Amino acid sequence: MATTESKISRIVEQYESEILSEWTRNLLRNVGSSASGVITETEVRSQAGEFLNLFRRALRRGDMTDIDGAEWQAAREMLGNLSRNRGMQGFTPSETAMFVFSLKRPIMTRLGTEHAADAQALAEDTQRLTELLDKLGLYTTEVYQTGREEVIRRQQQDMLELSTPVVKLWDGILALPMIGTLDSSRTQIVMESLLERIVETGAEIAIVDITGVPTVDTLTAQHLLKTVTAARLMGAECIISGIRPQIAQTIVHLGVELEGVTTKATLADAFAIALKRLGLSVSRANHA
Amino acid sequence: MGEYLLVTIQVDMHDQLALTLQDDLTAMISKTGARGVLIDISSLEIVDSFIGRMIASIAGMARILDAQTIVVGMQPAVAITLVELGLSLSGVRTALNVDKGMKVLRALLDTPAGEEPDARSTP
Repeated sequence: MATTESKISRIVEQYESEILSEWTRNLLRNVGSSASGVITETEVRSQAGEFLNLFRRALRRGDMTDIDGAEWQAAREMLGNLSRNRGMQGFTPSETAMFVFSLKRPIMTRLGTEHAADAQALAEDTQRLTELLDKLGLYTTEVYQTGREEVIRRQQQDMLELSTPVVKLWDGILALPMIGTLDSSRTQIVMESLLERIVETGAEIAIVDITGVPTVDTLTAQHLLKTVTAARLMGAECIISGIRPQIAQTIVHLGVELEGVTTKATLADAFAIALKRLGLSVSRANHA
Repeated sequence: MGEYLLVTIQVDMHDQLALTLQDDLTAMISKTGARGVLIDISSLEIVDSFIGRMIASIAGMARILDAQTIVVGMQPAVAITLVELGLSLSGVRTALNVDKGMKVLRALLDTPAGEEPDARSTP
């Protein structure tokens, strides 16, 4: 057992440069197919060299069956960075995993010649190498996936923030045009940003425009009412505008009480009443 | 401040303090015959359901003693908390800051007696 195990490690050490050049050739052939231009030949070469170096060191010191061990730390980190970067650069998961898997063939070939006399040892070593590289490949894919998920999460967050602007319509009048479905986390952000802006601007009236909200259910209505109440507690009045016929029907059918809340059909109407409440009026400029 | 009382809450309210405030304020209103009370809670950063209820009941008591009460300067976080606690303080008038609160108070007290005071009623 011990003798065969040391053979992979020895082979990698002995033939490092040959394995590296063969592996790089394979890699470059794969890269050329889809993501050429994103990553340069020198980059591939240096990444392969770096990984093989770490791989060799880990092999020499470490346990081949356990890639979670401390010996594999450096190799794992390097692979993690690599697959995260490739994820960003637009490589597919299989292309990313191929980075590791394509190392199999060069080492296997060497193993074959080395173990030419001993079929048993060859089988064992092949088994070990396959398991090891499979694990490393899976690890790469996992990191790739996590990287992608991070991107998605960040975009969701960005969208949340982008889609809830609070705009100042006039001195003392804020408008909050809501677009898209209202769920709990979004309403929370909406509420917070609205209240903060009320404090900042000292606005007395806030118009919540729900023209862009496709459907209203009890939960959404609840959220709206909460926002209105919170604004009232701060000393600002809320007007809800942009209620479409279907939404009006739904609200009444659901039995949601919108009493005490001023509602207007359009943003223009809401703005007009807001101006009136502040004692302002709009008049045509008279160019006599 | 003339016929108005101004209460500023500077520290975080705990239950006993709220009760003391309630006693002091009601005594003060009946002693001075104040017509309006402003409660400035802009320094209040933490509320619980008890304090929320206290604010509502202090406002209610002042109203019975014929003084209009306005809660001013509530922090966004406090407002959100109260709403989440299900306290909408529906009987309490609010304003953004002391200035605006005073304006509302003046408007309220200018309306003739016997009529439901409404700052925004227009003829």
